Amino acid sequence: MKFTEDHEWLRVEDDVVVIGITDHAAKELGDIVFVELPPVETQLAKGDEAVVIESVKAASDILAPVDGEVVEVNAALADKPGLVNADPQGAGWMFKVKVDDPSVVDAFMDEDEYLESIA
Amino acid sequence: MDDHAPLRPLPLRPLHLELGARLVPFAGWEMPVHYPAGVMAEHLATRARACLFDVSHMGQVVLRPRGAMADLLAGLEALTPADLLSLPPGRQRYALLTTGQGGIRDDLMVSHKDDHLLLVVNASNAEGDVAHLSDRLGGQVEPVAGRALLALQGPGAQAALAPLLPGAAAMRFMDALTLDWRGAAVWASRSGYTGEDGWELSLPADAARPFAEALLARGVEPAGLGARDSLRLEAGLPLHGQDIDVTTSPVEAGLSFAVGRARRESRPGFPGAARILRELRDGPARLRVGLRPEGRAPMRAGTALLADGPAGAVTSGGFGPSVGAPVAMGYLPPALAAAGTALWGEVRGKPLPVVVAPLPFVPHAYRRGTP
Repeated sequence: MKFTEDHEWLRVEDDVVVIGITDHAAKELGDIVFVELPPVETQLAKGDEAVVIESVKAASDILAPVDGEVVEVNAALADKPGLVNADPQGAGWMFKVKVDDPSVVDAFMDEDEYLESIA
Repeated sequence: MDDHAPLRPLPLRPLHLELGARLVPFAGWEMPVHYPAGVMAEHLATRARACLFDVSHMGQVVLRPRGAMADLLAGLEALTPADLLSLPPGRQRYALLTTGQGGIRDDLMVSHKDDHLLLVVNASNAEGDVAHLSDRLGGQVEPVAGRALLALQGPGAQAALAPLLPGAAAMRFMDALTLDWRGAAVWASRSGYTGEDGWELSLPADAARPFAEALLARGVEPAGLGARDSLRLEAGLPLHGQDIDVTTSPVEAGLSFAVGRARRESRPGFPGAARILRELRDGPARLRVGLRPEGRAPMRAGTALLADGPAGAVTSGGFGPSVGAPVAMGYLPPALAAAGTALWGEVRGKPLPVVVAPLPFVPHAYRRGTP
């Protein structure tokens, strides 16, 4: 699993990258009450607004960390946005994008580097 | 307010830190926004049990008469449409300070404490209010220093408080009394800003910590500004600076109950009377309404409300933990203000369905009448 400075995690499954937010981000956001996911087949460019997370405090944008096409979103979050708080790096995943070259994730931080960056 | 001025710490700051609070700047104060339980849990705990909120940032002001109390009450009536001459000793009343144009300068609580009045005003307006009051009432205005203000709210409030303050249980909603706790004078009122039963308790800063700890030891949970905001939103209570301000009139805001009957007839000399009395007679141009977004996306303050065209805006909105869905309030023209009216709220450029709903979203649980 890799991590971005924007507190997202990325996990490669063949030519698909699974994306969510980190434990740290979920804790910072507080109770999440709504997650607006991108439609499947959306073409995302790195830096595009991909997801809006509404917590009891505020709305936050999640930006696409890589270029790719959305191939699946976590439909369970529509009824259970709290999954992001309960298990942000597992059942609270957000969306999957198909990428041309999965090695694009190699440039991101590993877990130790990420944890150090937020310490 | 100077955004760069140092934040004022609450007297209970060390306790908040020990309890794991997240502190944020608010109205010039460093305030607990939530504790480790989080906003949602604190909100639900207040509705189900009892929570303690530190609201020491609120302005407390004593008005001490230089002559008769009746003259002081009449002097304050010159600044507000509230009927204060009928306020009995030991009672509290909600009041609005109005502008000459009929807007709302601030909303506040006025308690009749036998030989003086106690006002509790919004933190962000406290300085301005004191100056405004002093213009009219001069040296009778005494800002209170060195006191904390704690709000104990929820259905479990009485059971938690009665052992500490035996006189509290006999109080009714909007009673205001001075009680004794270990030699400290506690200015207690049975009121709050959550829609629940409860008390607001002003006490000397050095007594506040042991008092708060005594309540926490009885199972009361700490709650922060985040839960206070979602609780008051569900209770349909407006926040000054957000839902009401110098541009909104009491009639538009649905606060006509704060325009005393006597002030409409025999004693109408209050700032903005021309507009306010006209709106009471002819109706206002817009009304504060409750709003229920149909989806799960919250509609926050500033969200445009659309009917055939632009119709109004959301002034407060978020997720209502007790409602289990997003809730909001805002202003609409009277023709669109009836409960059930279907409109659109523009969220991130997309019109989403929203329906006008009655306020409050959660029924008030005040202890009126005999306890």
